[in-house]
Amino acid sequence: MAPPRHRRPGFSRRAQYSLFVTYLLAIAGAIVGGVLLLISIADPTGFAALRAGAAEVTAPVARGFHALRRSIADIGENTSAYFDAASQNAELKRQVAANRTKLIEADALRAENAQLKTLLNLQKELGDQVVTTGNLVSSTASSSRRIAILSAGSNAGVAVGYPVRAARGLIGRVIETSPNTAKVLLLSDAENVIPVIRVPDGLPALASGLGDGTILIRPVDLGINNFKRGQLVATSGSGGLYPPNIPFATIVRKTSDGALARPIASPASSEHVMVLRPYQEAAKKVLDETLKALPESGADE
Amino acid sequence: MNQLLATGRKLLGPSREYESRIDREQSPARMLLVPILSVMAGSMATSTLPLVAGSPLLPPFGLLILLAWRLMRPGMWPAWIGLPLGLFDDLYNGQPFGSSALVWSLCMIAIELLDLRGVWRDYMRDWLIASVLIMLALLAGLGISGLAQPAPEVRIILPQIVVSILFYPLAVRLCARLDGWRLAT
Repeated sequence: MAPPRHRRPGFSRRAQYSLFVTYLLAIAGAIVGGVLLLISIADPTGFAALRAGAAEVTAPVARGFHALRRSIADIGENTSAYFDAASQNAELKRQVAANRTKLIEADALRAENAQLKTLLNLQKELGDQVVTTGNLVSSTASSSRRIAILSAGSNAGVAVGYPVRAARGLIGRVIETSPNTAKVLLLSDAENVIPVIRVPDGLPALASGLGDGTILIRPVDLGINNFKRGQLVATSGSGGLYPPNIPFATIVRKTSDGALARPIASPASSEHVMVLRPYQEAAKKVLDETLKALPESGADE
Repeated sequence: MNQLLATGRKLLGPSREYESRIDREQSPARMLLVPILSVMAGSMATSTLPLVAGSPLLPPFGLLILLAWRLMRPGMWPAWIGLPLGLFDDLYNGQPFGSSALVWSLCMIAIELLDLRGVWRDYMRDWLIASVLIMLALLAGLGISGLAQPAPEVRIILPQIVVSILFYPLAVRLCARLDGWRLAT
């Protein structure tokens, strides 16, 4: 667009003056507006009558839109909120993350509480079979051996060969001790062979770890392989090392010569464990006591 | 298509088909009043539209149309037109009375000063000028209402500024249509 030409109205004095007056009027108009503004600020109700009259003109039209108005009443807030949506979003995300951490902490505390309570009950039941209790503090995560470190050692009476169980089930057995720690060979280690029975019917089997967290269950009677997913396996007590009837594993999948199972007590989820005396030792003690109580019976034979 | 237009013309009543096509006079009243009435209608629109916004959101339609006319047709209005139209706008805008009169007058003076530069302007530059003026006008409105009562934060009117700047091209379109109609013979 070309610059407007009315800037120079020619040589006519009249035209020039009238243009000049126009500018003066414009400036005067601004001043008038300012004065009115000052008056209305000093006396806010001064122009109320004027405005009320003006509002009366548009009110009927506006009233007609009443229903529509309600539905879009807070469009302003929504639009304003849109502008700090990013920062609000970040803030909320931070809150959610903090809350999630707290929730997880609370859940973990609850689970730990339940574990400890179960352990307490078990300890009452098991009585003198329990050597000590401790925590699984770490494990050989990068090695192919499945060995966990227990926080109790020979100072607490832990010795090589002692079985270790958690509240939910068997964990493994001690293979090394030091004064304050012990190494626990987990069920899933390939070296760990444990005699087990299927729980409802007592089908005997042998369990050996596969090193990847699962256990291979092979029935002693080859040829009978009717394992089903979900069946439970417990220690049988034969061999004299592990006490009988400790929950051991659940069957995950049937294989050609047995079944794959997963330990019930995952070492990862059970921090608090008990070290038990070997079953045979306990049994021998009971036997010894029985023999002591019946000295004549041995003489008779 | 032509048939459709013909039907439309029939429905709309007798057209000017049988009038002379040359040497027609344009209506002076329409020529003078259409711009002014359109600005007044824009001022009234904000209090008529079905919006009870919790925050200022609607653009100042009156100011937009005023700027559109002023930038599209320099010299059509005297420079003092901001005062009467602003006073009318003050009846409806909810600001302290006189704020639009002041701000609109200052806008008109600012555009006069820009016209003194005498450079060529195109649509985008008009939009830029209008954007700056709209922004300053809205900020001034906020400041003025802050003189009378506690004003909200500037952040509140940012959406309104953006919406208003984006509405300016629409106002230009509207004014161009009205311009064509008002100057038609």
